[in-house]
Amino acid sequence: MSMEIPYTVEARPDTGLTNGKLGIWLFLASEVMLFGALFASYVMLRVGAPEWPRGSTYLNIPLATLNTVILISSSVTMVLAWASLVKRDFSRFRLFMGITILCGLGFLVVKYFEYTAKFHHGYFPATNTFLAIYFTLTGLHGLHVIGGMAVNSYLWGPGSALWKTDPTHFTNRVENSGLFWHLVDLVWIFLFPVLYLL
Amino acid sequence: MSESHDHKDAQDGHGDVDRHVRAAYFVFGSLLVLTAFTVGAYFLHLPLRAAITLALLIATVKGTLVAAWFMHLVSERKMIYWMLGLTAVLFLPLLLLPTLTVLDRVMLR
Repeated sequence: MSMEIPYTVEARPDTGLTNGKLGIWLFLASEVMLFGALFASYVMLRVGAPEWPRGSTYLNIPLATLNTVILISSSVTMVLAWASLVKRDFSRFRLFMGITILCGLGFLVVKYFEYTAKFHHGYFPATNTFLAIYFTLTGLHGLHVIGGMAVNSYLWGPGSALWKTDPTHFTNRVENSGLFWHLVDLVWIFLFPVLYLL
Repeated sequence: MSESHDHKDAQDGHGDVDRHVRAAYFVFGSLLVLTAFTVGAYFLHLPLRAAITLALLIATVKGTLVAAWFMHLVSERKMIYWMLGLTAVLFLPLLLLPTLTVLDRVMLR
């Protein structure tokens, strides 16, 4: 007996949304609260500290700027991947989703170089409060990048089999994955100036 | 355009999605320019309060562009707006209440 999840393609009459879309937005709302709590912690720690270093004292602004450009670019390719599916062009979807995944990988590689440079200089989360909140916020954000890449890679690879049997359902899945990816971009847009430039 | 149930319409005409793609390119360009402004403002070495205000203002504009166009919030269902409105109502105290507890320190600076 098959137990199919309802309203994955058609919108639910009462919400006007597919279940997947409602679910991802609820999840994103919880993510806003998660990062909001950490931003509030940052404000408290910064205001309460007798001295607070400028981010550039410890951090590499050119690398962070590069990562900002990489994430913004990946958001555009994510939109193009979804748009390709709406236009029923699966090969272009594979291309743009592939670029999105590679951008995510590029972001992590840059982050790796940033982190290792810090460790090489003896800067660790325990070194001071600034570095503690820096590693906490960017580490959590990095985990989100990895999570988004995992879902996108699934949709690029084995998950794309759904395209053959139910293209609209697959398109909706890609849209929902894109919403998460854009939130990851949005969080970085605030992390970049707050941690690196102020 | 973003509603899932509208996909079939978009697939028929492709007009909506083409407009969406054009908007995405425009937002992409805007985000790059605003990123350049953000970094450029850092090198102006503004006083801290002005630097914080300007950096957060630019970040808010960038975030709004991402949310509105990439996340399709310019044309979403009411249910999403209600949900995000409730999130905002809960988010603001989360952010502001802890800050209020140290307002005396903020005012001294």
